[in-house]
Amino acid sequence: MIDVASVVRLAPKARLRFDRIRQQHMLLYPEKGLVLSATAVDVVTLLDESRAVAAIVEALVAKYGEGQRAAIARDVLELLRDLAERGLVTEVAP
Amino acid sequence: MTAERPYTLVAELTYRCPLQCVYCSNPVDLERHRHELDTAAWVRIVEEAEALGVVQLNLTGGEPLLREDLESIVEAAQRRELYTNLITSAVPLTRERLAALQQAGLAAVQISLQDSTPAGSQAVAGVDRFDAKLAAAEWVMSLGLPLTINVVLHRDNLDRVGEFIALAERLGAQRVELANTQYLGWALANRAKLLPSRGQIERARAIADEARVRLRGKMEVLFVLPDYYADRPRACMDGWGRRFIVVAPDGLVLPCHAAHTLPGFDFPRAIDGSLDRAWNHAAFERFRGDAWMPEPCRSCDKRHVDFGGCRCQAFHLTGDATATDPACALSPRHDIVECARGEAEREPPQSYRYRALRVVR
Repeated sequence: MIDVASVVRLAPKARLRFDRIRQQHMLLYPEKGLVLSATAVDVVTLLDESRAVAAIVEALVAKYGEGQRAAIARDVLELLRDLAERGLVTEVAP
Repeated sequence: MTAERPYTLVAELTYRCPLQCVYCSNPVDLERHRHELDTAAWVRIVEEAEALGVVQLNLTGGEPLLREDLESIVEAAQRRELYTNLITSAVPLTRERLAALQQAGLAAVQISLQDSTPAGSQAVAGVDRFDAKLAAAEWVMSLGLPLTINVVLHRDNLDRVGEFIALAERLGAQRVELANTQYLGWALANRAKLLPSRGQIERARAIADEARVRLRGKMEVLFVLPDYYADRPRACMDGWGRRFIVVAPDGLVLPCHAAHTLPGFDFPRAIDGSLDRAWNHAAFERFRGDAWMPEPCRSCDKRHVDFGGCRCQAFHLTGDATATDPACALSPRHDIVECARGEAEREPPQSYRYRALRVVR
């Protein structure tokens, strides 16, 4: 299970795309697509290369402010675990 | 004008195919649909689909690899940032061609297997190309493309669901689709031989359920129940004219790949106007929403879940395309499905009717 010490990246089958018609970001994979929230887009954008979960949290804290740290840490883990269950995020050896 | 916009373009590039599967979803009157659109038409269709809202492109057929211009179509889709899935028998594939398609922007490959052995494959497809398919699956993996293995399930292979899952795992697939036959077209002609018994369905479903949990995060396991055993109809195409737009080899624009078997429809053609116009054509409006529904659908609390089921199934089983899908236990004609299920508990006929009108003992 992914935790703050994990190193993760986007699985090769997943592609992030901006849907210009509906003005939404989507994570596309075979036969399916997820509509991403603005914060989920922030996270997925950082998954283009292998990163520690802690580093992703730091990047988002820098963007949204120290006051949001606890909420960001919780949301990032929840999102990454959800995406990992769908095979869209892979854990790589640190 | 509808507020709905399609997410997926299903491009049936050709009905030609090296296989002759007894459950093929292509039209039974194949000979009437020999004409194929040219490259320029497909490039335009891909571009118009993207402008309409499409983000996924399924290249299918028949066998899409028989189109020598497949690379050009994939490139057009890549220019529009579509997620392009190649849905193939893999029989005509070479490693060089696959690498070229990947270079052109192909995102994922789905390979059909008919069974877990050469003999089982031949019984369904009329030819044995099992080893060629396994080789192709290995090229997909070695090139780093995501692989889906698709197996259409029926009476004669359903008991090997565990073997199909193990094979997909061994090949390194990211997804395995274990899809029971939908009984339309060639499959309806062969239903008495293809429809499994309830016991077979329940055993296979239990195996798939166990594998889904065990493989979560590694390989997605999809098991599609035959709607003859589901008691409620499936949400065919996620609803008529909601998420999918299908273009047939000759340019007919359809809400599903079998819709041209319905009588009294004048479906638009991709060559006569824009895809946007086709999407808003009266034929696409015909079964949108719930105003067209008869009772018991119209007042059913599931009408926005299953969208009234499959219009083609309703027509081919009852003769009325507006009827409640007989797969639904609430349909006044559910007896048709119950009767077919009853027959499936007895000994099936010995022979198949093969696609392309070839009849084998």
